Amino acid sequence: MTEKPDWRPSASLEMIQARASLLARIRDFFRQAGVLEVETPVCSRFGVTDPTIESLTTRYTGPTAPQGCDLYLQTSPEFPMKRLLAAGSGPIYQICRVFRDGELGRRHHPEFSLLEWYRPGFDHHALMGEVASLINRLTQAPLTVEKLSYHEAFDHYLQIDPHTANLEQLRDCAVGHEVAGAGELIMDSRDAWLDLLLSHLIEPHLGETGMTFLYDYPASQAALAKVRDGKPPVAERFELYLSGMEIANGFHELLDAGEQRRRFLDDNRRRAAEGLPQIPMDETLIDALVSGMPACAGVALGIDRLLMFLTGCNDIRKLLAFDITKA
Amino acid sequence: MASYSTSEFKGGLKIMLDGDPCSIIENEFVKPGKGQAFNRVKIRNLKTGRVLEKTFKSGESVEAADVHETDMQYLYADGEFWYFMDPDTFEQVSADKAAVGESIKWLKEQDLCTVTLWNGAPIIVEPPKFVVLTITDTDPGLKGDTSGSGGKPATLETGAVVRVPLFVQIGEAIKVDTRSAEYVSRAKED
Repeated sequence: MTEKPDWRPSASLEMIQARASLLARIRDFFRQAGVLEVETPVCSRFGVTDPTIESLTTRYTGPTAPQGCDLYLQTSPEFPMKRLLAAGSGPIYQICRVFRDGELGRRHHPEFSLLEWYRPGFDHHALMGEVASLINRLTQAPLTVEKLSYHEAFDHYLQIDPHTANLEQLRDCAVGHEVAGAGELIMDSRDAWLDLLLSHLIEPHLGETGMTFLYDYPASQAALAKVRDGKPPVAERFELYLSGMEIANGFHELLDAGEQRRRFLDDNRRRAAEGLPQIPMDETLIDALVSGMPACAGVALGIDRLLMFLTGCNDIRKLLAFDITKA
Repeated sequence: MASYSTSEFKGGLKIMLDGDPCSIIENEFVKPGKGQAFNRVKIRNLKTGRVLEKTFKSGESVEAADVHETDMQYLYADGEFWYFMDPDTFEQVSADKAAVGESIKWLKEQDLCTVTLWNGAPIIVEPPKFVVLTITDTDPGLKGDTSGSGGKPATLETGAVVRVPLFVQIGEAIKVDTRSAEYVSRAKED
């Protein structure tokens, strides 16, 4: 990144136009659905504690912070949007830039566009329905909708139970299905092995002919979703896949402030164990949950990946006006 | 010992894998939105030429391979080794049959080859993209058809066999593209 970059855009003019048209159609959809467009801060004194997501930081110096204070660039607008919901906003959506350190590849870029929306009164199944309606509004011809629970997907493609298999069984499964180098990987968390199996062996099959929703994740991967009691308990979380690519991630949102605090603390404990920096948890979100957030479902959808799908482009960098090497 | 982290992975990077020097052909970053990140790479084993895939956990470090390419002049062979010389330092190295591999049939004394050295020893020898070699054998009888269509096999001084146009004869020097093993033209007499 030290060389002076070529001044010309990474994306073709057609791609820049396709993005503009996609954004306009998304805004149309939500205007017709009566969902309010909002904007929330990109920079926050609080960060995301999730150990698998790293934030970029910046610094503000001036009135209210004469000595300067570090700010985290959002990795998603989830926390401030939930504070709006708690303040009685009703259904809201946002289209914004989000930032993630260390992520660059054909499907990853350190800054990208997210569409995130929240629906009071919806559960994750109702929201999957609305995601499908939106996607079908944007495609040339309607796509079929397939719904697979996380358990069904692992059972169908790998004949393994993702909720009960132990670490050795998950490793054997990866080795048996010839994930190259799986035998030498050192990972002491079941979730990391589930991620390996999902990303290498299952994902390529998801959304092959239409939309595939994966739902009801292991409770250990609840993130900010509600966990439903049962045998086993599952997180009311879903993801949308199109052409083997993860497009959206949604939750039937966690409302319990105490549980939210425990998850933040637990994330930071895992961060400490992995030698990752501690992140100040968003106390204002916890206060908002204490004050009361309406039961709702929310989803974040990657606009750049959706554009990849709609245009048949296989590299996210080819649809950004300027990718990071040219920024 | 030098090492590379997965965030330094890119095409052409030379790393050690299972004791062999390898070159990264393709590096793909794979990560669930909320989940463990991996680097799935396609690698060429520089000793065997074999291409393999391997998945690393992102953030891991891998030992660097001391591999570099240099232009060296081919000197001679003694039946067991092929000898090359650095034209600047006059330093000589000997390559074994495994390193020379398929390039054998294009090696002509004095020609400048690209030699890949691992810890100073040759592991890959690449001939020049174009070589000029003399035809030692080809069917002389085919005359009449000089249109150039069809062609005939010709054996070159190094033992390589290429298809040449019908009008080219024994004793003539021809220019050959070593990447495709195809005849390019008659070589101009110097």
